Amino acid sequence: MTSPSPTRHSWYEESARGRLAHLLDPGSFTEFLGPERREFSPHLGLFNLPHQLDDGIIVGTGRLDGRPVLVAAQEGRFMGGAIGEVHGAKLTGLLRAARQMKRDVVILFDTGGVRLQEANAGELAISEIIRATLDARAEGVRVVGLLGGRAGCYGGGSLIAGCCSALVISEQGRLSVSGPEVIETNKGVEEFDSRDRALVWRTMGGKHRYLIGGVDLFVDDDVAAFRAGAVAALERPATLDQAVLTAEQARLERRLARFGDAADGTEVWARLGVAHPAGVPDLDTSAFLTIATRKREGADAAR
Amino acid sequence: MENLRYELSTTKPAGGTRAVGLVGVVASGNLEVLLERGEAPDRCVIDIATPAHGFAALWQAVTADFAVRMAAGGLRITINDGGARPDTVALRLAQGVHLMEKPE
Amino acid sequence: MRPANILSSLFPAGHDVTEAGGLLGGSGRLDPQTPVDVVGISGKTYPGVDEALALAGRILSIADRPDAAPLLFLVDSGSQRMSRRDELMGLSETLAHLAKALWRAEQAGHRTIGLLYGGSAAGAFIATALACGSLVALPGAWPEVMDLPSMARVTKLSLDVLTEKAAGTPVFAPGLDNLFATGAIAEIWDPDQPLCDQLKALLATTRDDDGRAGWGLERGGRVKAAAIAREVQRLALAHG
Repeated sequence: MTSPSPTRHSWYEESARGRLAHLLDPGSFTEFLGPERREFSPHLGLFNLPHQLDDGIIVGTGRLDGRPVLVAAQEGRFMGGAIGEVHGAKLTGLLRAARQMKRDVVILFDTGGVRLQEANAGELAISEIIRATLDARAEGVRVVGLLGGRAGCYGGGSLIAGCCSALVISEQGRLSVSGPEVIETNKGVEEFDSRDRALVWRTMGGKHRYLIGGVDLFVDDDVAAFRAGAVAALERPATLDQAVLTAEQARLERRLARFGDAADGTEVWARLGVAHPAGVPDLDTSAFLTIATRKREGADAAR
Repeated sequence: MENLRYELSTTKPAGGTRAVGLVGVVASGNLEVLLERGEAPDRCVIDIATPAHGFAALWQAVTADFAVRMAAGGLRITINDGGARPDTVALRLAQGVHLMEKPE
Repeated sequence: MRPANILSSLFPAGHDVTEAGGLLGGSGRLDPQTPVDVVGISGKTYPGVDEALALAGRILSIADRPDAAPLLFLVDSGSQRMSRRDELMGLSETLAHLAKALWRAEQAGHRTIGLLYGGSAAGAFIATALACGSLVALPGAWPEVMDLPSMARVTKLSLDVLTEKAAGTPVFAPGLDNLFATGAIAEIWDPDQPLCDQLKALLATTRDDDGRAGWGLERGGRVKAAAIAREVQRLALAHG
């Protein structure tokens, strides 16, 4: 999980279906409401936009290292993985089943957030997904999020991720509510220059999120590494009760007290005690993990 | 959206036993191709939905060539186009037929 | 309606709700036997990490109390605050934490009722009003996922074209009626009747599982969601 293998196979570059094929035990996957069922968005035609037969999300069941899991994978290349009525309802249904079955769930995030052409339905779907996620977690179900897709995990998608019991990220994974372009459009280039890719990684990229305890595991951009990460994340506790949320409150307050006036990711990392913060973006996974595991803020299951 | 349908005579029946296959995604310059069985073995029906209007002649040429060259008999094919070039369309159709030949 | 009028109509027996920094906090009494906790976001405030954490902290301490007093969340916000600092500090975690706190309060026996009386948008709407167990609104409330001019920029359609399309479907355009039609909102209250009676009536109903997709179907604003979710759930259970 930490050393780049010679036969590295990019998670970022894979399709949603390709990722599922590599994540799950061979031949174990069964899709629910697959493309042949033609449950696509009824709203895109209004905008002369093509639909996709699975509405950009694949939901189903399979085995991960022998363990039965429910899975959902967003396709970031179709409309940026955006969440519309059907897309969202597929995930809601899966999570409701997870609660009833007490079956763990793995979500392969790859989304820009709400799909604007069906914004109200998408927004509401996200709220329903969040409630279904929390209701499932109340029954002890683990909901693991994998963050390494090309569309990142933005908008309402990032709030769903924030409700997962454990998160796995790669350097390429970006996790934030407002994306760089959205901040720049609304607040100006002085607030956020979306073309400054290094700034994007330092502010919302996988390394920063791992260092501040926003995620639990950091892996290579590799399908096998994500599989190993998912297996490890499924071993983490999923309890969601008053004590966990009180601990999360304290954890997030401590973060603000410690770093709230930092101007940049590098300043946060310096305060964590990272010796050469400016060099962090250039570190390979194993060098990064050597430093990060000693210096990072852990979430300690307060999630 | 423009919807096109081609009902083509084929020379070779599709191989394999897989019931359904899907290749590609609906993205700029790309397309998804869903393949199902259920037509007569000497026939292939292709339904296309495309946001690019006025390219029926091109679609007709690509699909006719596909029906002649590939073992597509018996297939019902659904295409959702994201504005793909003809060579990409031909590639995805060929990938789809190969996928149907593979064991599940 | 303004917060002061809303609070006096809700709590004829008095309240001690105060506003500071765009956030509301305090409690009131529907009648001498029925205390209600109040939190809120007012004045079109854009919640960032600080506001979200402050609200979550208050809600969690209410959840931790042994009583079952309802919790009313008054909402007049902007979208989430859009800034480099908020994202650097993990706004997604913080807003999710706020949604979790509201869920937890409901779990712990406090009915959580969102009262949308002004604006709300995007991530802020998800983490506040939509995260309450029940959401009601007053006429004049203006929920939006994204305003039409911004949507026009992103979709590269003119504002005229978008406005024309919006007339035919509630699925994408901002506004209370559209959000109501998709099932986001349980009831739109009558500002000319005492709000305390309308709140009491709502509290007298039992709230069970998330029924918002069912409302979307009944009201014609979101007709596929309920059936799709049910079918996936059925298939998963059947597979075992």
